[in-house]
Amino acid sequence: MQKKKLKRAGQAWQYYLMLIPGIVVIFIFAYVPLYGLIIAFEKYNPGLGFASPWVGWDNFTYLFKQPNFVRTIRNTFVISVMKLLGGIIVPVFFSLLLNEVRSTRLKRTFQTLVYIPNFLSWVILAGVLTDILASDGILNMAITAVGLPAVKFLDDPAIFPFTMVVSDIWKGFGFGTVVYLAALTSIDPQLYESAILDGATRFQKIRYITVPMLLPTIILMLVLALGGVMDAGFDQIYNLYSPIVYETGDIIDTYVYRLGFQQAQYSVGAAVGMFKSAISCVLVGLSYILADKCAGYRIF
Amino acid sequence: MKSASLRKRDGVGVFGAVNAAFLTLVCVLCVLPFVNLLAVSFSGTAAVQAGRVTFWPIDFTTASYEFALSGGKFLRSLGVSVLRVAVGVTINLVLMVITAYTLSKTKKEVPGRNWIMGYFVLTMLISGGMIPLYLVVSKLGLKDTIWSLVLPTALPVYNTVILMNFMRGLPSEIEEAARIDGASPIVILTRVLLPLLKPALATVGLFCIVSHWNDWFSGSIYLSKPEMYPLQTYLQTLLQSFEQLLREANSHDIQNLIAMMNARTGRAAQLFLGAIPVMLIYPFLQKYFTTGLVMGSVKG
Repeated sequence: MQKKKLKRAGQAWQYYLMLIPGIVVIFIFAYVPLYGLIIAFEKYNPGLGFASPWVGWDNFTYLFKQPNFVRTIRNTFVISVMKLLGGIIVPVFFSLLLNEVRSTRLKRTFQTLVYIPNFLSWVILAGVLTDILASDGILNMAITAVGLPAVKFLDDPAIFPFTMVVSDIWKGFGFGTVVYLAALTSIDPQLYESAILDGATRFQKIRYITVPMLLPTIILMLVLALGGVMDAGFDQIYNLYSPIVYETGDIIDTYVYRLGFQQAQYSVGAAVGMFKSAISCVLVGLSYILADKCAGYRIF
Repeated sequence: MKSASLRKRDGVGVFGAVNAAFLTLVCVLCVLPFVNLLAVSFSGTAAVQAGRVTFWPIDFTTASYEFALSGGKFLRSLGVSVLRVAVGVTINLVLMVITAYTLSKTKKEVPGRNWIMGYFVLTMLISGGMIPLYLVVSKLGLKDTIWSLVLPTALPVYNTVILMNFMRGLPSEIEEAARIDGASPIVILTRVLLPLLKPALATVGLFCIVSHWNDWFSGSIYLSKPEMYPLQTYLQTLLQSFEQLLREANSHDIQNLIAMMNARTGRAAQLFLGAIPVMLIYPFLQKYFTTGLVMGSVKG
């Protein structure tokens, strides 16, 4: 017995051996870049790397003087909050309606169809969108056919954010629908049967049974989405925006991208990234705590 | 008997019909953009430019596809993508399995487990952002190699947590029995547990396939030679040049117009081809996506 135990302890090193590759990879590609944020306080020099000359808060003071910076923060919040709300309301509404469909096959077909865009990349979807939303695209053909003026979906600063929100919902609401439908099917049918015996109408059933039973899932999805508020959708916006709509469409990530990769202002870009990371970190942490407290969902 | 009459009251009638009609409309709207894309890709360039193509090809031709497949660029980038998915997902799976296995142990079995878990989870909360990561990848000399596309995401932490939760849900007796027979952790993992992990591996594997396949950004910042671009990065450059053409379209430059005519159908064909692989694994994705969602949460 004693010997067996000893042997077991002797094999525990294998556990640590298996951890080494993961620890190394995460160290190099997550912790070193995290340390690399130090260049936000430096004047980056490619030759010196992360040990470039120290300039303190200079990059940040420069940044906050840029009118564009404040603009990107505002746009980020406006776009992502609209996406967050729409991304909850639309799939909830859709799954409620879908739940009323009796035919299982029809239900599955609907679900399958709306789920497709979710797995396609924003590059492909942006390709599709630039085509159908163009001034001579199919959507504007339909709009002008009924006598209305053509809409510049991608080139009008007043409309661009809404185009982003709607197309994001288009891509994502199939996924939300799957989640909410799973929650809906787990509602005890006896609740409905007793409600019917009490003479409840369809809408009373939805109002007093379905919605309250769905609420924990809604809260969970809302809370988890909260952590992503600083991510307004780089892949999407980068592939659809243009300088004409920077005023309302430029978000933090696209701004960082242009600073870093087009203007080689690595330090300023890193300062923006750091600002974003700090806020995200608080939001993600908060969302995990809230998810645990409000919905009993623990990620780890 | 009772449920039959309930169903009758529920499913049919005016509401049922209106509901089904509305849902059908939404689904059609979701899919129409892709139908339009497909129609454009099979149409003659003149008909497309004249705005006559809606949801059915006009002047049916496969010229765009022949052009796309004969040009070399498309097929070459497709090859890069396939290689990248093969190498990237293999690395992902190996690293996720060995890391998740050790992390699924208690801190009694693996002293320090909780600290190591914290080490991984912290990277989900904070990140250095795109610029420091870019600088790290450059400094390591990974630029212009396929490793720049697969190593930074070699260990997707969120999927590892999903896998870990799945492993914890397995009955502990299986492992205990193997251990009493003297099997070491590595033997237990590879001989005993791996077959039981198939559904979980399918789920996280599919996530990894989709994220590698859809990622265009790494390719666009780490690779300087267009001939090394994976498919999505290549499609992205196509998109950018098309947007350029579209915005200059008003100049009535005849050369521009011809370029655009060909660009439109050719691009549609390539976008559609680029979407096919995801469509092929779509049935599996749909099946495992919700499973993964359920597995990801800790019960109790």
